[in-house]
Amino acid sequence: MSTITDATLQDPPRLPPEFKQGPLMRRNAAVTEAPWVRWTLTAVALLFLLGFLFLPLIAVFVEALRNGVSAYFAALVEPDALAAIRLTLLTAAITVPLNLVFGVAAAWAITKFEFRGKSLLISLIDLPFSVSPVVAGLIYILIFGAQGWAGPWLMEHGIKVAFAVPGIVLATIFVTFPFIARELIPLMHEQGTEYEQAALSLGASGWQTFWRVTVPNIRWGLLYGVLLCNARAMGEFGAVSVISGHIRGQTNTMPLHVEILYNEYQFSAAFAVASLLALLALVTLGLKAYLEWRHGDELVATRRH
Amino acid sequence: MSAIVRSRTRTVIPGFGLTLGYTLLYLSLLVLIPLAGVFVHAAGLGAEGYWHVVSSPRVLAALKLSFGAALAGAAINAVFGPLIAWVFVRYEFPGKRFFDAVIDLPFALPTAVAGIALTALYAGNGWIGQYLEPLGIKVAYTPLGIIIACTFIGLPFVVRTVQPVLQDAEKELEEAAASLGANRWQTVTRVILPTVLPAALTGFALAFARAVGEYGSVIFIAGNLPMVSEIAPLLIIIKLEEFDYAGATAVASAMLILSFALLLVINGLQAWARRRHAHVR
Repeated sequence: MSTITDATLQDPPRLPPEFKQGPLMRRNAAVTEAPWVRWTLTAVALLFLLGFLFLPLIAVFVEALRNGVSAYFAALVEPDALAAIRLTLLTAAITVPLNLVFGVAAAWAITKFEFRGKSLLISLIDLPFSVSPVVAGLIYILIFGAQGWAGPWLMEHGIKVAFAVPGIVLATIFVTFPFIARELIPLMHEQGTEYEQAALSLGASGWQTFWRVTVPNIRWGLLYGVLLCNARAMGEFGAVSVISGHIRGQTNTMPLHVEILYNEYQFSAAFAVASLLALLALVTLGLKAYLEWRHGDELVATRRH
Repeated sequence: MSAIVRSRTRTVIPGFGLTLGYTLLYLSLLVLIPLAGVFVHAAGLGAEGYWHVVSSPRVLAALKLSFGAALAGAAINAVFGPLIAWVFVRYEFPGKRFFDAVIDLPFALPTAVAGIALTALYAGNGWIGQYLEPLGIKVAYTPLGIIIACTFIGLPFVVRTVQPVLQDAEKELEEAAASLGANRWQTVTRVILPTVLPAALTGFALAFARAVGEYGSVIFIAGNLPMVSEIAPLLIIIKLEEFDYAGATAVASAMLILSFALLLVINGLQAWARRRHAHVR
């Protein structure tokens, strides 16, 4: 948010700061709207947000607590729910670091060097965002499923990928693939290579330069990317649903557990588990807003995902 | 300046082979080769077999529904998204920062949670559904419900694409228009709208692309009746569960081709938007 206000404040450079929201701008009817127009537009915008975003969020918590607080907690500590929570945490704990290393490597190669086919590479990194999550699950079934290319061989050797945890992790990596890279690429591009060159010319090694110069410069962008990557990794439904096989207590992540409970008409239990995921979303949004507010200048707030 | 410096002294910075090699390896193993597998599998059907699957009434209905509902949702967002962006950029009101943060909720909220929450709201006995039902409007378990879900999931794409453009738009242009005798309505339609249009179209295309493939938030509210409210991603899953791998890959490849085409359109739109704003920045 701060990026936004800052930008508006800085952009008309001819106005001194004390005029930023000053009375001159406000009262000039030529460049703003009549009060009733402003109020109507604001009301329409807020009502739209209220209806489409807030109501569903509130509904999750109200439905979760419908049968009382004890039923709510009972739904969360039930063994299958706990197993789902564990699996979701495990999946995110594997996925996020892998995509983090990839994101840093890709951003380093793309922003510190010139080479042909760079823009194609950037488009390819973004590719998973334009693929339906269901297709993301399907592609791994085609490779690791019983009828897949590697399926028979894996089965002979007793390795399970599809309908097991490795498949879930693979599908999650696919759908969260671009998050960290696409946050870092514009940021590191903007920062250029002067600092790294200075460090290297003063005798630092490549790794020292990376850890002491690059990482401190990109830390908030990294954190921002990790935050978004983690939220998606924990919440992914479509891709994981295709490849998990829905084995209760074994290959059920939290979103899949929500689905099973819901389809069994255990609505308040389904919403109880869902409320944990909604809390995760709220924490993510809160941290994200905080990062944009405190460290907005160290993030490239392209803000589209 | 950095571009010149970089290209002249690029050899100073180490790690090119390592990072690019790792990037290409990781990308190929996890994304490119698996995606290519879909087309290899689908090609195994032969042209005739492929066409037979894709042109079957049930598949056509599902594709039509997925694209139609996504288009309708994106269109709703193309109207309300810029309006919301305008209000957040130009007006002050209490709780603005809070509301602004919440716009990203559809990004952060797991889709399955959004799905069951929307269903709870719009079902016949739900918070909103109970008032619509007597009017003869059924939302949950109909295509209308799918449109609602597509609108939910696509909203931030439009708002977040338009917002920065509105911020960068120079107020001087509006003042110039006003000083030349334009009234506010003329300024809005002739000066502000053309500035925002490329961004709004990009946001529209992004929202559309996301909603076409959406599964989690749609599946609970859709009803999933074949030919009526069955979306294409669900059909892929149904075909997989019937071990009809060929059919599943045929539908998947059709969706992939359509989304790649969309991606090209989006890239084109973004290039247009950049050119449009080159003179402003």
